[in-house]
Amino acid sequence: MENSTETTNKERIITRLDDTIFQGKVSETDGVDSNLSQKYRMTAKNVNVYYSETHAIKNVSLSIRENEVLSIIGPSGCGKSTFLRCLNRINDIVVGCRITGEIMLDGVDINSGELDVVELRARVGMVFQKPNPFPKSIYDNIAYGPRLHSMVNSREETDEVVYSCLRQVGLLSEVEDRINKSGTELSGGQQQRLCIARTLAVKPDVILMDEPCSALDPIATAKIEDLIDELRTEYSIVIVTHSMQQAARVSQRTAYFNLGDLIEVGDTGEVFTNPKHKLTEDYITGRFG
Amino acid sequence: MTSRIEVTSSGSHWDTAAFKRRLRRRRAAEKRFKWYGIGAVLLGIFFVLMLFFSIAINGVGAFWQTQIQLDIYFDPTEISEANLYSANYGKLVKQAMYSQFPEVTKRKEKRQLSRMVSVGSDVMLQNLVTADPSIVGTTRSLWFPIDDSFDMLYKNDFGRNSNKGGAGLISKNQLGWFDTLVEQGKIESRFNKRYFTAGDSREPELAGLRGALMGSFFTILVTLAISFPVGVAAACYLEEFAPRNKFTDFIEININNLAAVPSVVFGLLGLAVFINFFGLPRSVPLVGGLVLSLMTIPTIIIAGRAALRAVPPSIREGALALGASKTQTVIQEVVPLAMPGMLTGTIIGIAQALGETAPLLMIGMVAFIVDVPGGPLDPSTVLPVQIFLWADSPERAFLEKTSGAILILLAFLIAMNIVAVIMRRRFERRW
Repeated sequence: MENSTETTNKERIITRLDDTIFQGKVSETDGVDSNLSQKYRMTAKNVNVYYSETHAIKNVSLSIRENEVLSIIGPSGCGKSTFLRCLNRINDIVVGCRITGEIMLDGVDINSGELDVVELRARVGMVFQKPNPFPKSIYDNIAYGPRLHSMVNSREETDEVVYSCLRQVGLLSEVEDRINKSGTELSGGQQQRLCIARTLAVKPDVILMDEPCSALDPIATAKIEDLIDELRTEYSIVIVTHSMQQAARVSQRTAYFNLGDLIEVGDTGEVFTNPKHKLTEDYITGRFG
Repeated sequence: MTSRIEVTSSGSHWDTAAFKRRLRRRRAAEKRFKWYGIGAVLLGIFFVLMLFFSIAINGVGAFWQTQIQLDIYFDPTEISEANLYSANYGKLVKQAMYSQFPEVTKRKEKRQLSRMVSVGSDVMLQNLVTADPSIVGTTRSLWFPIDDSFDMLYKNDFGRNSNKGGAGLISKNQLGWFDTLVEQGKIESRFNKRYFTAGDSREPELAGLRGALMGSFFTILVTLAISFPVGVAAACYLEEFAPRNKFTDFIEININNLAAVPSVVFGLLGLAVFINFFGLPRSVPLVGGLVLSLMTIPTIIIAGRAALRAVPPSIREGALALGASKTQTVIQEVVPLAMPGMLTGTIIGIAQALGETAPLLMIGMVAFIVDVPGGPLDPSTVLPVQIFLWADSPERAFLEKTSGAILILLAFLIAMNIVAVIMRRRFERRW
């Protein structure tokens, strides 16, 4: 595994793997080097999601690597958000939602009961489309998660977590003087960054973002995109977006969903410049969607 | 295509008489609709004001009581250490009364004279003496409530002509004495403290609301202590935790039905279950509170569920996504946000319970109880039942007592509703 030929081999395998995914054959991952799968944070295999009668996600297999931003694009109602919401089981609260298949987080099936849902959600954080700070102070918003999991035991520790998270999302200078004011009094972009800070405070491995910028203006969006880029060094990030420019700007790999099917996944540059599938090409060139 | 261009270019479609007519009609309809609304509101306000006005006119008198000033000589020959509680205090009052009119000597007339003072006067004297025995041997100038028929006479001249046929309650002699006393300034209208400090009585001038107020207080306390926790817990479970299946649907339908059951039925249920089966005592606020809880719980559950449903799902998702468990999410995030709505529902339910009469009749809270209850296990009555009892009494003076009690009840209800509104305003949060 030390020499470079091995590494290129590995990369070739990954590319091949991604190719096979789009053909829907990836369910058999036989032959994939076990060391290789170490690079994956989360792996979804043959995931199907049903909302009562509707088949929302059809046999999707997709992996999230360490320290990468994976963007999921596709037309409305294609199942991007549904897939994302399966990754931390937040879909459990939707009545009539049924999930089959296997989603692994660091080699443990998240639906098997081996991993408590509370731990899963602490390790796989989520930022929602609409900023949803709790109607309490900015400080308490961020301290909520660490307190919940007893990650902090004193006021000093809590202070440290809160301030470092605020600094990380670039909010500290903006809110320093009103840290005890309600989080709902911030502007939309600030609220969303507060929600990201809140997620970071529980030290997750993976961060899921469900159209985090769709309710924000371009300047706030730029700030969040910069932030995502910085966060990549520490976390795996999956971002669902309607904006193809955003996907191109922030992500290393892009997955294209259509009507519950995963059509194509690959390096972002590759997907946008040289899509393998007709549907992807049509979508990114604006012919539909 | 050509015709369309014609229309738009000349603009004639918007200039035609027909179009203007339609526009006029539309505006007229809008105006009419507005006036229907204003009319309905004005009508409502008119009736409410009428109600308040008529009750206030009748009831204000209850807060004032005509009293008579008498110089009482605490005769040591009548009162001694041994008979502080059994001395003939009535005699002292009578003597004070006779001394006002020394010319009255006939036995019958003397009786008429002594009857002008309330029969409760002797008890007042007894209380004075037992509280401070040193006043024996002195003369004190004291105010006594006058008998209710003279109270009415003083307040609105009622009864002045009723003795024409000789069947009236007030005799010609009494009328004369009364007028003399008024001229001397010995009779005047004073604030009716008894109305707020005494229990019920058969004599209107002695009757007070304190028993009913305390009864209502204990009853509402029991109702609140039971219905609020049970109602909120049930609302939380049904809205947040219960699986959606036929059984929970059935429960939901039944809760909605319970809210619509006539209240008297709850009274029968209380009689059968709490009194006959569990053997709890009759006429006590504890049972009253239990029965009213049955009535209030559905209201609180329905309001509580609506309040929980109004909490945006994004708050729940936010907490869940941070790794909070279902219970933590509900208790730490959702319930606090729903609390204003729940409290409003509770206050409205409690206000409803405060004004309820029918179920309490069934469990014996309609009894005539003179003593002021000291706890939820003492027999008592409540405000609306007291109103019912007084409204049923034949004495004319009870009319104003009844209206006065209604005024107090309304004041409580309005105060509770104002508290509900303030709470809703204060705790209302934006998200």
